[in-house]
Amino acid sequence: MVKLVEKTPAEGLLPLEINGISLTELVPAAITSLMPFDGQEAAASALLSSLLGMECPHPNRSTGRDGARAVWVGRGQIFVVGKAVDASVARHAALTDQSDAWAVFSLQGHGVEDVLARLTPLDLNRAVFKRGHAARSLLGHMSAVILRTGENTFEIMVFRSMARTAVHELETAMRAVAARDALR
Amino acid sequence: MRIESKGRIDADQPISFNFDGHGYTGFKGDTLASALLASGVKLMGRSFKYHRPRGVLTAGSEEPNALVEIGRGAAQVPNVRATMQEIYDGLEACSQNRMGPLAHDLLSVNDLFPNFLSAGFYYKTFMWPRAFWEKLYEPLIRRAAGLGSLSGRDNPDPYEKAFAHCDILVIGSGPTGLMAALTAALGGADVIVAEESADFGGRLLSEAEDIDGQPGADWVADMLDALRDTGRVRLMPRTTVTGAYDQGTYGALERVGLHLDGPADLPKECFWRINARQAVLAAGALERPIAFPMNDRPGIMMASAVRSYLHRYGVAAGRKVTLFASNDDAHRTALDLIASGIEIAGVVDSRPEARARGDYPLFAGAQVITTKGRKALSEITIRHNGSDRKIATDCLAMSGGWNPTLHLTCHMNGRPVWREDIAGFVPAEDAVPGLIPAGACQGTYSTAGCLAEGVAAAKKALSAMGGNTPKIEVPIARDSAGGSKPLWLVTGKGRAWLDFANDVTSKDIKLAAQEAFASVEHMKRYTTQGMAPDQGKNSNIGALAILADATGRAIPETGTTTYRPPYVPVSIAAFGAGAQGKGFAPERLTTSHEASRERGAPMIEAGLWYRPSYFPRPGETTWRQSCDREVLMTRNAVGVCDVSTLGKIDIQGPDAGVFLDVVYANLFSTLQVGRVRYGLMLREDGHIMDDGTTARLGDNHYVMTTTTAAAGEVMKHLDFVQQCLRPDLNVRCISVTEQWAQFAVAGPRSRELLNGLLDRQIDSESFPFMACGAVSLMGVSGRLFRISFSGEHAYEIAVPSRYGDALFRQLLTQAETMGGGAYGMEALNVMRIEKGFVTHSDIDGRVVPFDIGMARMVSAKKMCIGKPATTREGLKGAERQQLVGLKPVGAVKELTAGAHLFEADAAPVRVNDLGHISSVAFSPELGHFIGLGFLKDGPNRVGEVVKMVDHLRKVETRVEVCPPVFHDPEGEKLRG
Repeated sequence: MVKLVEKTPAEGLLPLEINGISLTELVPAAITSLMPFDGQEAAASALLSSLLGMECPHPNRSTGRDGARAVWVGRGQIFVVGKAVDASVARHAALTDQSDAWAVFSLQGHGVEDVLARLTPLDLNRAVFKRGHAARSLLGHMSAVILRTGENTFEIMVFRSMARTAVHELETAMRAVAARDALR
Repeated sequence: MRIESKGRIDADQPISFNFDGHGYTGFKGDTLASALLASGVKLMGRSFKYHRPRGVLTAGSEEPNALVEIGRGAAQVPNVRATMQEIYDGLEACSQNRMGPLAHDLLSVNDLFPNFLSAGFYYKTFMWPRAFWEKLYEPLIRRAAGLGSLSGRDNPDPYEKAFAHCDILVIGSGPTGLMAALTAALGGADVIVAEESADFGGRLLSEAEDIDGQPGADWVADMLDALRDTGRVRLMPRTTVTGAYDQGTYGALERVGLHLDGPADLPKECFWRINARQAVLAAGALERPIAFPMNDRPGIMMASAVRSYLHRYGVAAGRKVTLFASNDDAHRTALDLIASGIEIAGVVDSRPEARARGDYPLFAGAQVITTKGRKALSEITIRHNGSDRKIATDCLAMSGGWNPTLHLTCHMNGRPVWREDIAGFVPAEDAVPGLIPAGACQGTYSTAGCLAEGVAAAKKALSAMGGNTPKIEVPIARDSAGGSKPLWLVTGKGRAWLDFANDVTSKDIKLAAQEAFASVEHMKRYTTQGMAPDQGKNSNIGALAILADATGRAIPETGTTTYRPPYVPVSIAAFGAGAQGKGFAPERLTTSHEASRERGAPMIEAGLWYRPSYFPRPGETTWRQSCDREVLMTRNAVGVCDVSTLGKIDIQGPDAGVFLDVVYANLFSTLQVGRVRYGLMLREDGHIMDDGTTARLGDNHYVMTTTTAAAGEVMKHLDFVQQCLRPDLNVRCISVTEQWAQFAVAGPRSRELLNGLLDRQIDSESFPFMACGAVSLMGVSGRLFRISFSGEHAYEIAVPSRYGDALFRQLLTQAETMGGGAYGMEALNVMRIEKGFVTHSDIDGRVVPFDIGMARMVSAKKMCIGKPATTREGLKGAERQQLVGLKPVGAVKELTAGAHLFEADAAPVRVNDLGHISSVAFSPELGHFIGLGFLKDGPNRVGEVVKMVDHLRKVETRVEVCPPVFHDPEGEKLRG
């Protein structure tokens, strides 16, 4: 029997490097939305911590590290990115598989904030939006999750269906910033 | 005329550019205006109405006269101020608003009949006959009047928008702005300095003035180094702050690539939204002209502009210069020019007490009463001690005092306050929260005062943020602003221009007052004063002073018009950057997009989604042929359709069932696990919001589907209900639309097709109609729903989106071997109409369950959103327009959606309206058009014939009312 071939959300569009800034697609092993039930926030967090070594993040924050991260994405909503969430957590929280719902990008390089300043109203100043900060905001006209994961690295999540538009918008911004840099 | 070793231009870098087809040379650092002046070009444009020859008046963004077109073809930009356009090699500029060459503009004939074109002329003259306005008068007037022209094509240049954030935004970089920025940065704040021109320093670059014993320009350079050293200051040159908005948001326009022939990706302009906790307005002041007769000739300029051209660009604005002023600035200008070896033919000071400061002829207590020179000034006439005297001159520099640049402080409705001592308006206190005016824009004109106020303003901003204020020494500078006495108008023979850009004279203002347009806002609209690209920057205060005089009121009593954003013209391309063409909205593509495009399917937009319309096959020349084939193929064999765009919402929690009972009209808590139910969702007003199916996957786990169009709205609604109406329910909802690629597999051979792919076979018992459950398909975990929107034996199979492309291709391959294939939106629509299923074309927001025969679906056993409202008077009964099927029985066999229904013998007018047709299709099975529509008391009129009239498409026919379900009314096929 034929096997169904997998495709990533931004298949064939990336990677891209312009002016020392790279845009790559990340394909986390799993993305699970975790929404604690009434009064179960602490229990869910404790269990998640014992299973994956990270607690549930506060609003506008992420916990964990590359490979296993918990990201606040909205009121009472956390995405566990990178590692599967054990079914036992379902006692405390609604778990939903979102592994295929999001296109995840890494934008990395010196001056990466200048690229994002073309697309998001967030203040990404290093002193304001630090590693471990996360926000639900806009990327152009798209709803996005944006988090700083390193000195010069951001992760950006948009709906899978919008992957092509997101790459186009990011590439346009990267080119515009590069063109400015070329004048210096 | 260029003066050796003066100015900040780089004499080692000559630049060639083109104006009106002639080549010129300037230097790096020149604006178009300074380079043309240096080349002896004084005539730069024609005026708006009278087509009078005009030269450059100012050296800044307020320029009303020297407006040019830049570039060619689609990228041509009109109304560019020559004073702002920096030159670069290859720059092409053209004068505008002329017929024929600039020097011999044919439309200057208008200038011979000024009395015909005074304020209100159009209103009075072109009233009659009415029909002439649109066809004759308006095109003629538009041809003759106006400024630049548009190419009429899409602008291919890139523009951008961006966001910036800071603690303190400093607007302007003159002495005030630079001191404010340094103080703020030393106080620990992150600072943005926005400077309109290419170089920082403001007026300090245009004056011969020392600060702390060093030339102003050198002090500026040191300050910039000091600012950079703090590591906290972001310097934004060529950036004009255009508006002040709520909560510390400022709009700003940056000229990124307008001053050079840059790389293709370089944006021409960037529209910034700057978010600042505090802001210091250090915008300076604008010199005001004097309204004296014939004050608009090329060569008559602002005194401050003459100094700017001298000190900044090394250009003498004339060889034999005269000055006319009511203040000391005229004398300063004279001294500066003399120091550069320019002859001063006379200083005309309206103040009798004026004294000469140097070796030049002074006419104290005198006024300029007229001027001569058609294309360039040649002579002025002054009235001095009662006698007239002519003076030959090629440049007259004028100064009527200064107006603080307070525009931004008025953007949130602040009204400026009159200060008699400086005869000017200053910002009202706290006019914009967090915006602190300082320096000249606050009415403080001495350099020393500006420096001190810059420091004070930054300290105020730092304190407001709760920070410490640094110790900082204010440099030593000139402490006097010089004397000044307002002079608004010189009366005499000839027109005295106020608004150069819109050709408004002092006479027009008086006429407005005379015709009872005495309010300043009425005067503005009657005369168009202040409505040109400079937005009255040069004329507002002068005009209202004359209006005040004409109406016998004081200036503060007369008041100013409202200053609104943007402060300078902003191109639409910058405002709309990123939204051109497809940038307007994101494109949502399904996983089957590529495969559908490969099969030649044209896409139609459904919200942000792109869905295939139909899948043409060789030999099919119209969409109808493809659609008919797809319908018959599905009805007879099997069809496959991507339905991933429908909203999917995961609902979990102990109260999930109760929650669904609240949001749906019908019961869901009683639904068995492994079953699907159709649901109707109402708004609070009892009308249908959306419909769809919801499956119960587990005791506490449901998955709801919504229509494609309403997916976002329903998700929002569920959040609202959960958070606000029933926060007591322990339930969680999240969208999973994007997680699943879902395909409808419909037709008598649908199960056979699926069984070829499923790891475990299904049959009628394990998977009856409205069953659902987890399945394994070629080793991939998916979900299977036995639901049908086509009326056929059908399923929807869902797999994680990563497999969507592969599964779609696999399903098509299999289907094609069985006489089936893909079907698109057209066929989907035909089949659902044949089956009498409604969509948002039908349930358009005005429809209640009763109207579509679903009144009984509103469960009697529980309360739900919208239920009480459905019992209101007028929402049921024979007067309602209700869902029916329709088929044509007249001579015309076509039905059109949107057509209205009338009694067969009634006139097709509004009062006789009985309803409308909401959906139509050509049924290939029945061989004729069918429609769904809403007809008053429709279900009781089955078998009757009514009239359909489409006034838009001019179609009229007779239609027979029938039951809405045309296909398999007993539902045997979908259950089979």
